[in-house]
Amino acid sequence: MRAYADLLEALVYTSARNGKLAILRRYFEETPDPDRGWALASLTGDLDLKNVTPSMVRGLIESRVDPLLFRLSYDFVGDLAETASLIWPEKADADAEAAHPNDLSLSAAVDQMTAVKRKEAPALIERWMDALTPSSRFALLKLGMGGMRVGVSARLARTAAAELGRVDVGALEELWFGLTPPYTELFAWLEGRGPKPEVKSHLAFRPMMLANPLEEETLDRLDPGDFAAEWKWDGVRVQLTAKPGEGALYTRTGEDIGAAFPDILDYAQFDATLDGELLIMVDGVVQSFNALQQRLGRKKVGKKMLTDHPAHIRAYDILFEGGEDLRALPFDQRRARLETLWERTQPGRFDLSPLVPFEDWADLTEQRQSLRGAGIEGLMLKRRDSAYLAGRPKGPWFKWKRDPFTADCVLMYAQRGHGRRSSYYSDYTFGCWRPAQGDTADEWELAPVGKAYSGFTDEELKKLDKWVRAHSTERFGPVRAVEPGLVLEVAFDSIHRSKRHKSGVAMRFPRIHRIRWDKPHAEADRIESLMALVE
Amino acid sequence: MAKSGPKSILQIRPEGLYCAPGGFFIDPHRPVHRAVITHGHADHARPGNGHVLATRETLAIMQSRFGAIAKKGGQAAGYGETVTIGDARVRLVPAGHVLGSAQAVIDTDQGRVVVSGDYKRRRDPTCAEFETVPCDLYVTEATFGLPVFRHPESAGEIGKLIRSLETFPDRAHLVGAYALGKAQRVIKLLREAGYDRPIHLHGAMRGLCDLYQELGVDLGPLEDVETGKGARRDFGGEIVLCPPSALRGAWSRRFGDAVAAFASGWMTVRQRAKQSGVELPLVLSDHADWDELTATIRDVEAETIWVTHGREEALVHQARLYGLDAEALSVAGFEEEGQ
Ligand SMILES: [Zn+2]
Ligand SMILES: [Zn+2]
Repeated sequence: MRAYADLLEALVYTSARNGKLAILRRYFEETPDPDRGWALASLTGDLDLKNVTPSMVRGLIESRVDPLLFRLSYDFVGDLAETASLIWPEKADADAEAAHPNDLSLSAAVDQMTAVKRKEAPALIERWMDALTPSSRFALLKLGMGGMRVGVSARLARTAAAELGRVDVGALEELWFGLTPPYTELFAWLEGRGPKPEVKSHLAFRPMMLANPLEEETLDRLDPGDFAAEWKWDGVRVQLTAKPGEGALYTRTGEDIGAAFPDILDYAQFDATLDGELLIMVDGVVQSFNALQQRLGRKKVGKKMLTDHPAHIRAYDILFEGGEDLRALPFDQRRARLETLWERTQPGRFDLSPLVPFEDWADLTEQRQSLRGAGIEGLMLKRRDSAYLAGRPKGPWFKWKRDPFTADCVLMYAQRGHGRRSSYYSDYTFGCWRPAQGDTADEWELAPVGKAYSGFTDEELKKLDKWVRAHSTERFGPVRAVEPGLVLEVAFDSIHRSKRHKSGVAMRFPRIHRIRWDKPHAEADRIESLMALVE
Repeated sequence: MAKSGPKSILQIRPEGLYCAPGGFFIDPHRPVHRAVITHGHADHARPGNGHVLATRETLAIMQSRFGAIAKKGGQAAGYGETVTIGDARVRLVPAGHVLGSAQAVIDTDQGRVVVSGDYKRRRDPTCAEFETVPCDLYVTEATFGLPVFRHPESAGEIGKLIRSLETFPDRAHLVGAYALGKAQRVIKLLREAGYDRPIHLHGAMRGLCDLYQELGVDLGPLEDVETGKGARRDFGGEIVLCPPSALRGAWSRRFGDAVAAFASGWMTVRQRAKQSGVELPLVLSDHADWDELTATIRDVEAETIWVTHGREEALVHQARLYGLDAEALSVAGFEEEGQ
């Protein structure tokens, strides 16, 4: 655990990408199997130890530490594993770790955390917490709970592993989703001691190609003739691999969600891998993102759900057809293959995302601005000659989101933040006006419509915090209610009906656009004007 | 405020903490007629008071920082020496924080109050060790008043710096440290660890290092970055001490690819250390950690504990769990020291 703890510490304090790569490479070189493989899995998010959960860790701490002292500490530190590792009361014989001359190996920790019965997991962790140093405790808890926060993406970790064998990271990512930790075969191949691992599953996930946000200045440097445009749909990006009689559906991070969408797999009677948007569609009309959320994250899906919320795929790219890998072909040719496939098979529950014809950038800008509704988030621009590349290459694909909506809302509650912001009220719940419920005719009340904790500068945060403290009416725990008085101009991507919110609507991606210190709160927006924006 | 008993001795006024029977303030943050100053840090010692009582070392530090101590002069008190002010008898005893730092022990017919100023309990080769004085009311600081703060042994932290010099022999090691106290402690700890090469100083560190040496703390060979023999040469493999704010400023660019270290108790928390942009965090604090704070409030055997200067809420709660009468004192003017 010590070497792994040192690795995490070195990574967090090194900001340069190359520095992080060097640290990871050295760790992979110096650490034997299977420990290095478990470490790699922990950094790529492929280690899933279900027995160690945040609530279990909280429970353990509260059995040893006064709850208020724990809460104040957690507020200050902002990270559960770190708070736990620091606050854990040392046993009287502080040299407990010295009494374990062999340290706790990463693989022993993983094995035991996997094998242990759920009920016995807390006792296991507690024993280790007593024996380890704070830094090793931190590493242990991060290993168990995930969420490393060491500034290493899954891709960077895989890049370091690829560098170990001087192979291209693309080649490694191609294999990745067919491999399982602790990756001993992979390391053997990288070190030249073994053959290239074979991806056994022919339904394997293929790394997806992602777009960069478009800076509008960039348009001037791009030739409109080089690009195809598509609508950007407000659904979930998925990859579908279908073979006769079987299939798999993945999110863009490679998570298999097929079990939740048997309807899609049933209709996918062709032999291809497609890239597209997962939507809910009723009688040809795309439903809100909320409707889709009803079906995501379910292990099983009932009959009623299947009829009420039928799933649909709107395809925009093709990666494989039959056994043929099409990814090296230019976009235009892949598109033609996709259209031919669709015409030939006409699968139900599928359609093609149409290309958006345009004359020049001015024309496209116009189309983007006039567009509202129909589950569209904006536009995608794809170079007509672009191959389908893994990751987020700069240049070939852009996403061009439409301008957000804005609404003037009134601040209602403020909550203390975490970590660096723990001494500030930095999370804001705001509302809009509606006629008071009940028989107090002619009166108006605020109903909450969203919550935001971003979009302001540190300077503004200080002013907001001060305002909250000076205008609070009630305190419950870390939350303060404030009197109506401050107007926040809130930007959001879309708005949906919601039964869970008292106001009946919920914003998607709300953030503070401007603080309207000047605006009288009575002039903030009404719920009915938000209702008009519901798609 | 209580009319009698030890709580009647102290009052909070706009200028700061006031001792009514003695008619003086302790570490006032606005100029007052008569002040007792616990130590030379800027949030405790300020210029412009009428009379000042402090240790000889604190007076010397104030003189070197402000060019003057007080309008009508400073009065030096040795540790343990009793001085009568009004109806109070005042004695300064070591606080273990920085050179000359003291707790103010105030005896009156209503009982005994001790105002800790800033303190730590562990050994510091640059100043006298903290002394426990039993009292009725203890006013404690709480800079690191959360149970996540348990400062490690200082020798281990200095060891990290020395190991880093061995690992990166070609890179300069910039060590951010507060100019009063922390800088001299880092130097002295390095000397104790056997490091005898010259240590290079940012211009802002020189004055207080010289003063420490004059006051009898031997720091070994020191050189100035700007004007010393080392000027305009390569600092690869050398230790350079600078104020924390200089770590990322234009000044630091001359050192090329330097290792940035920061000696501070805040370095315990990873995300905090990361935000300060350091590569090598050294957990070295001149303030008491949680264990020292909670031991102290019991050791002084006081019935009443007032908590100020930092994270009061947790320490007040802990004191109450011990069955003590505890309260948070909100005295304005104390900054979150990066120590
Ligand atoms: Zn101080
Ligand atoms: Zn202080």
